[in-house]
Amino acid sequence: MTGQAKAGRPNQLLRNLNSKIASIPMILTALVIFLGGTTWTVVYSFTNSKLLPRLSFVGLEQYRRLWAAPRWIVSIENLAIYGVLSLIFSLVIGFVLAALMDQKIRFENTFRTIFLYPFALSFIVTGLVWQWILNPEFGIQSVIRSLGWTSFSFNPLYTPEIVIYGILIAALWQGTGLVMCLMLAGLRGIDEDIWKAARVDGIPMWKTYLFIVIPMMRPVFITTLVIIASGIVKVYDLVVAQTSGGPGIASEVPAKYVFDYMFLAQNLGQGFAASTMMLLTVAIIIIPWAYLEFGGRKRA
Amino acid sequence: MPDAVTLKTAGGRASGPSGPKPKRIISPRNIMLYGILFVAAAYYLLPLYVMMVTSLKGMPEIRLGNIFSPPVEITFEPWVKAWATACTGLNCDGLSRGFWNSVRITVPSVIISIAIASVNGYALANWRFKGSEVFFSILVVGAFIPYQVMIYPIVIVLREIGVYGSLTGLIIVHSIFGMPILTLLFRNYFASLPQELFKAARIDGAGFWQIFLKIMLPMSLPIFVVAMILQVTGIWNDFLFGVVFTRPEYYPMTVQLNNIVNSVQGVKEYNVNMAATILTGLVPLVVYFVSGRLFVRGIAAGAVKG
Repeated sequence: MTGQAKAGRPNQLLRNLNSKIASIPMILTALVIFLGGTTWTVVYSFTNSKLLPRLSFVGLEQYRRLWAAPRWIVSIENLAIYGVLSLIFSLVIGFVLAALMDQKIRFENTFRTIFLYPFALSFIVTGLVWQWILNPEFGIQSVIRSLGWTSFSFNPLYTPEIVIYGILIAALWQGTGLVMCLMLAGLRGIDEDIWKAARVDGIPMWKTYLFIVIPMMRPVFITTLVIIASGIVKVYDLVVAQTSGGPGIASEVPAKYVFDYMFLAQNLGQGFAASTMMLLTVAIIIIPWAYLEFGGRKRA
Repeated sequence: MPDAVTLKTAGGRASGPSGPKPKRIISPRNIMLYGILFVAAAYYLLPLYVMMVTSLKGMPEIRLGNIFSPPVEITFEPWVKAWATACTGLNCDGLSRGFWNSVRITVPSVIISIAIASVNGYALANWRFKGSEVFFSILVVGAFIPYQVMIYPIVIVLREIGVYGSLTGLIIVHSIFGMPILTLLFRNYFASLPQELFKAARIDGAGFWQIFLKIMLPMSLPIFVVAMILQVTGIWNDFLFGVVFTRPEYYPMTVQLNNIVNSVQGVKEYNVNMAATILTGLVPLVVYFVSGRLFVRGIAAGAVKG
């Protein structure tokens, strides 16, 4: 207000000028990169760009080719299996660990530090460690065989049918600590009196969790779900490090398909079409959530 | 006889139920509880242990023994080799090159992204202008867009500016993608500070930058530390941007690590690979163990994005 009085009646654009200057990077990022870049990719996914992006439209041709490609189908199947299982397992394991940690245990900090440290490591490190542990010649399989169970077979990384589960094991090791932490924060937010009331009524502990506490933690669950889900769609580094998509194409994922077509196969149109499909997947997850979270709140 | 009776009753009263029931430390419930927790902890620690043990063995021992057994003869040679002489393609100067690249990427990226985001968050919290919330909403929603969708347009933009393939280009990219979460973090923090402070400073005639530098900054050290933890681990662990936006001589440590371990030529040296893996994970691990509770706060803040 004082600034306005001093300068007379300044131009509308110059009001609050410093704040606008400070926001220039954000405005540029929001408009040019996030809005502009996304639109650009979607538009060019309808062209037959090869080595360089060209504006010669071919309609839905790239998408037709995409859905006819066996490698893309495998990628989508893998993403679906990996996605569903990692959602279920990380929520269940994360919640159980958090519930155990919430029993006023000793060494809580030590346990939390242990459960969470993998989250500080990169997917590359995670993938390489588990590649080594699951190595058929030296890893778990050979150790158990050397204990006398010679027919034991656990070799996910070289068995096309189950390779995605090998990746899942590594991903769960890396990510459940985060889910545990979020759940624990949610559990700590539950009113102590609810527990007392449940105990007075003689409700067993597991029932209290299942029918009272979990429904009360709905917002925490939804937030966690969205975080895990948008992470799942992006999964890339882990696969590159652990299996490089192999054996064959058995552990390919959409993010890797995009990268390979854009930067290695020099078939930009396919890459754009595939990345637009990824965007669509995220939109299917995010839009209902945003609608429930923000649209609902405004109306209430 | 009467004496004995009184004694008995007296003893009975003393050992009878009085006061709260003392908690037994070893109860079936506690055995179950700690049992599960210890098994889980062992599972989480196992990979770290296997990495350590493998990196300290010689190759002959690895070929003979199992991956869980501790080294019979401790050797630090794999560590030296991983750091100084392991080969990626034609370069044989080990991970040290990647390490220094990562340092040269991480330090400026962290500083720039935090500088931009803190000023921006402050502007959004205290100096709103028409449309500021719209841009902010786009920014936050944009955080959910898969990077793959925006990579190629960014390549074009960077090529136009002439920084594609250089460290500068990668630093710009990290600053851009760090923006949504950091801006949200700072905006929420500055909005939670008492508004009276800001108003008093305004009445005293302080301007935009003055209030930021003299009032807001000194009060927000913790949130800066949280932002730093978030960015250092995030940028150090990045792989995708490193591959896409830099030339091989500028590859960050994660990319170089992957190239060393997953190279197809030559004999696989598992001990060197594991030493290299630990070396790459060391920086974020140190940040994690040193920062402790602040790290948890950082990821909790990162988790509420959107």
